[in-house]
Amino acid sequence: MEFINYYFIPGLVLGCIYALGAVGVSLLFGILRFAHFAHGDLITLGAYIAFFFTSTFGLSGLLSLPAAILFSIIICILIDRFFYKPLRYSPTVILLISSFGIALMLRATVQLIWGVEIESYNEGTFSVPLKLFDTLIIAEKHIYIVLFTFLIILIMHYFLAKTTMGKAMRAVSDNVSLAQITGINTEKVIIWTWVIGGSLAASAGVFLGIDTQLQSNMGWDLLLPIFAAAILGGIGSPYGAIIGGLIIGMAEELSSYTWLGDELPLLSPGYKSGVAFAIMVLLLIWRPSGILKGKVF
Amino acid sequence: MSEVWLGYLLYLIALLTMGGIYSILTVGLNIQWGFTGLFNVGIAGFFAIGAYTSALITSPISDQHLGGYELPVAVGFISAMIISAIIGYFVGKLCIRLRSDYLAIATIGVAEIFRLILKNELWATNGPRGISNIPRPFENLSQPWSQLLFLAIVLAILFFVYIVSQKAHHSPWGRVMRAIRDNDKAAEAIGKNVEKFRIQAFMFGCSLMGLGGALTAHYFKFIGPEATEPVMATFLIWVMLIIGGSGNNLGALLGAFLVWTIWSGMEIFTAQLPPDWAVKATFLRIFLVGLALQFILQKFPLGILQERPPKRD
Repeated sequence: MEFINYYFIPGLVLGCIYALGAVGVSLLFGILRFAHFAHGDLITLGAYIAFFFTSTFGLSGLLSLPAAILFSIIICILIDRFFYKPLRYSPTVILLISSFGIALMLRATVQLIWGVEIESYNEGTFSVPLKLFDTLIIAEKHIYIVLFTFLIILIMHYFLAKTTMGKAMRAVSDNVSLAQITGINTEKVIIWTWVIGGSLAASAGVFLGIDTQLQSNMGWDLLLPIFAAAILGGIGSPYGAIIGGLIIGMAEELSSYTWLGDELPLLSPGYKSGVAFAIMVLLLIWRPSGILKGKVF
Repeated sequence: MSEVWLGYLLYLIALLTMGGIYSILTVGLNIQWGFTGLFNVGIAGFFAIGAYTSALITSPISDQHLGGYELPVAVGFISAMIISAIIGYFVGKLCIRLRSDYLAIATIGVAEIFRLILKNELWATNGPRGISNIPRPFENLSQPWSQLLFLAIVLAILFFVYIVSQKAHHSPWGRVMRAIRDNDKAAEAIGKNVEKFRIQAFMFGCSLMGLGGALTAHYFKFIGPEATEPVMATFLIWVMLIIGGSGNNLGALLGAFLVWTIWSGMEIFTAQLPPDWAVKATFLRIFLVGLALQFILQKFPLGILQERPPKRD
């Protein structure tokens, strides 16, 4: 039971947060064809926008989520309009450099407005965890982080599978020129991609803030596991990214479980984030296309 | 010499020293990105590898960290270059055949992993408290001379690095690099081993980044895990290269000195502000440099000094 309480559930929660980030990275890669390096800091920004609402209006982290999503979407569309759109026809590596710059600009903005101290939402840190079947202990926040992640992913699935815009998005991801010939407005598709990417990033940030704390480099630290998750799931495939995120999150938490009996954890907890990197390295060697076949470039 | 003038002189020397070190790093990136089109965002990682390698083998023995062999500083520099190049080889071997995005992610990974090791392995690196007492050449001389002679070392190394990379640029090797960058399929079709050449360029660049790290460690006589912070060690170097003109070695030098002068000049200005504002001003500075990068990328993507391929004779 200790295994489930302290390793499996935290792993699942972390996996959900990674999945939300990885889906955004994967979709953006599919549509815009570049690895969006500012995604981690977009997550930070989302978390801090929610912090603005929790600290000024006394809302809870979860209630601030819609506002965080809304403002993140607006910021994403503005960033795209002013920084990425002018580079649309440049080599994609130029976009990579640009997004790297945006990452640091976003982080500097967060630090400028909110400082570098560790903050937290006014969630009751003392909320008593639920106890099920005597031994299963689960914090309330963990339950709703997981539930809301599944809800958000269901909405995204409905959007991609059923709506015209979702279909157009998948068409552009598949083949840009072909999609354009059939009359799909790619700029509109790009805006919708930012709507999804931005709202998932904001959700990831808010959930991470609820689960732990807010810190100006919280998003940057997520970048590597998120990319690993996106590659693991097959870059360009949003469903793969969900699975990838869950696997990476689980692997990170489970790596410090005492698998070998004894008291010693398999891997010192300080190296948790190294697990994502190790998985990524193995993938790059053996299967760069990921588990669900993504694109290999 | 009056106190005031000595202060100005020391400031100028410090400016040129750091400018010189950044120039070496920028030339390293120029070989990877400007010549060959390899996208490295883990400069901080290779910087730290070089810095720690040299620091550990040249510093006096200590029970706080590994090494302490008190070897000559020159040996430290050379080892820093070799170790960085070896790690560069493995990174290159792993992902250079893939698209640039993967190399970018993998290099970030190297930097992050290295940061983890530096923080966690207290026995080897003294963790977050870093390594102090790193020797600096000529540190026993009197005030301006000690700094001046260290500057001379930096500039001499920079001169040497510049000549070598300029030679590389003009050589058949450099021509192959540009061919690979502009059209790797065509380069392969005429029988060039693209992967091998790319790895060579990557290693060459990484070794210069390691050298830059080593120089910084000896200059400050201290190195800690903050050295792997992506802002100072990676971002600034990219800005320098893009502004100076990627593909052009002289542009790399110009960009490095120019951006460093502006960057530290802003510091003089912000130091006048009240403490609260001074901290915030640091972030504003990063924001403004980021904005300048976006502007250059959109309006002058070739930088100040554009690439000039050597003429055929």
